[in-house]
Amino acid sequence: MEDTLTAYDDGPAVEMAIAVDLLRRALWAAPVLIAAFGAIWGLNGAISTAYAVGLVTLNFLVAAAMLAWTARISLTLMMASAMFGYLVRLGLIFVAVWLVRDAGWVELVPMCLAIVITHLGLLFWEMRYVSATLAFPGLKPATKGS
Amino acid sequence: MSVLPTLGTIAQAAQEGGLTAAELKNNNAATGAGLAYGLAAIGPGIGIGYLVGQSVQAMARQPESAGTVRTTMFLGIAFTEALALIGFVVFILLKFA
Repeated sequence: MEDTLTAYDDGPAVEMAIAVDLLRRALWAAPVLIAAFGAIWGLNGAISTAYAVGLVTLNFLVAAAMLAWTARISLTLMMASAMFGYLVRLGLIFVAVWLVRDAGWVELVPMCLAIVITHLGLLFWEMRYVSATLAFPGLKPATKGS
Repeated sequence: MSVLPTLGTIAQAAQEGGLTAAELKNNNAATGAGLAYGLAAIGPGIGIGYLVGQSVQAMARQPESAGTVRTTMFLGIAFTEALALIGFVVFILLKFA
């Protein structure tokens, strides 16, 4: 067993691959969610939903970048970045919502709903893909030319 | 059993102190919102710490499976974080909506 303080993982940054995959799925799902919430809460609801979707995808990208970067340095540093990154990102989401809470275009209910729905929806969508490729590696989609 | 009389006593004390019903409601909403956000962040904090700790141990034991472990770890972190986000949403709705 290696020492986790000095051990590092210089393999491919799988977190970034997942986060980019989540971003790609968000680009597909966001128009549907924005249109649905826009139909209920109007233009302000649509803008607030778009803001929430952007916030969630940015949160995924920042988390992935931090983990991928620190994993190349030390596994212990990766653990620390996961813990403190969680606190920092939660604080940043709070600040991002708090700063715009009184803006004219903000509808808090669709924004909050969109945060939870987008976060969980994208994760379940991605989990289906990941669990299928882990369980049946032969079914993994091949890239062109391979 | 003693909760209702206690709340009544607080309300009476608040009225004697010059607080209106609306101010009292706002105070209670702020307290509830703070508790919702704070308590909702504790569970995921413990969960993420445990999850990442076990993942790092797994990677140290079997470096060849690090890619698989990191994949499931990242998804696990994101799922655990969803609990904190739900607490955050409750906080925002109680405090600002």
